Amino acid sequence: MEMLPLTLQVLVFPGLLFAAAAGLVTSWVDRMVTARVQMRVGPPFLQPFYDVVKLMIKETCVPAGGARALFLAAPLAGLAGAALASTIIWRAFLARGSGFSGDVIVLLYLLTLPALAVILGSFASRNPLASLGGSREMKLLLAYELPFVLAVLAVVARTGALRLEEILAAPAAATRPSGIIALVVAVLCMQAKLTLVPFDAPEAETELSGGAYIEYSGPPLAVFKLTRAMMLFTMPVFLVAVFGGGIRLGDGVLPAVAGVLKVVGLVVATILIRNTAPRVRIDQAVRFFWGPATLAALVATGLVFVGL
Amino acid sequence: MSFAVRALTRSLNVFHLGGSACNNCDIEILDALTPRYDVERFGLTLVGSVRHADLILLSGVFNTKAAIRARRIYEQAPKPVVVVAIGACACTGDIFRKSYNWDGPVDRYIPVDAYVAGCPPKPEAMLEAVVTLVKKLRGA
Repeated sequence: MEMLPLTLQVLVFPGLLFAAAAGLVTSWVDRMVTARVQMRVGPPFLQPFYDVVKLMIKETCVPAGGARALFLAAPLAGLAGAALASTIIWRAFLARGSGFSGDVIVLLYLLTLPALAVILGSFASRNPLASLGGSREMKLLLAYELPFVLAVLAVVARTGALRLEEILAAPAAATRPSGIIALVVAVLCMQAKLTLVPFDAPEAETELSGGAYIEYSGPPLAVFKLTRAMMLFTMPVFLVAVFGGGIRLGDGVLPAVAGVLKVVGLVVATILIRNTAPRVRIDQAVRFFWGPATLAALVATGLVFVGL
Repeated sequence: MSFAVRALTRSLNVFHLGGSACNNCDIEILDALTPRYDVERFGLTLVGSVRHADLILLSGVFNTKAAIRARRIYEQAPKPVVVVAIGACACTGDIFRKSYNWDGPVDRYIPVDAYVAGCPPKPEAMLEAVVTLVKKLRGA
């Protein structure tokens, strides 16, 4: 496969533009499945796109007394993280020899950038509700990162590779007991990483009315929404890459379709969890992630060492 | 019709500002947002913060204290924004217009784009107000 120059890869394919388009389609799927669960018709296909374009023409309000530069720059940091993560994952699918040793670690860091951007943006907005949302987001980040990294570690320990391509070349992790347990833990962590119900305490419309995003309007809010949409697409792709053997694009149509179906399956599972679960309090979320989830991830890593 | 106007009218985020209403209008507003009417088909969604709003619904009798707050919240909304007065109280003051702390109908201190009369108005009436507004914005 002929590769574009690196800048274009990050900005167009498979980076920013591709991830944004795919993310908007994914968020339409999210809203559509939600509508069907509630026995509604649901929004038109272009609805997420209209939402972002509309925000682009709205006024940008910067709260008085807030940290202006940080308030406006924070969303861009999150967007950059999501775009770069998408670039690295898809490069591993598209071309052999394009990754580097340790790119899995880089990905783990890049995938936390959107959450860090939300924390920074909410604290910069000088709103008490946003600060509460930011502090909850921070606690949630501390809670889910531990089991998430341990779940990925279970795969890394089995393949002995810190390079995404080598993990892709090995048999899919989710075919073994250790891999299945790690995948379940990772899916639950993904739910928190995307701040979807039951782990949406940082936003909590009913009590924090938008939480971390409360003071955002216009283009910065559009960037946040776009980042969320991109993460809704990139996180399942990352899980499929690490646990499910990835999306094989070089070996004909059938393996590629199977890979895409795995991503769709993970997305739909996420949406169904979000539509059928109630919100948990932040202390319950932290207790869950540091307790049972971490334990399960440790068990998965332990199973790898006994050869399961 | 420009693409910007099209995007705006297809993605109206609704913010509900209750000014000590008796709750009837508020219940009817919530009814209009239930799956039965499924306003997300037209891109209408309820938001919790006025910073995300494109459409502000006002309900109730705004007294002298509430009116100042309502005006401030209107000023906090990013423009362009449209305002709809829901119910007889917000439109005219209704039976409270001789009350000592009534501060006049809401359009005295907030520019209102559409009035929905009724005590309370039906969800269909509110949807018609939104449709009329959208048509006007699109210049049809």
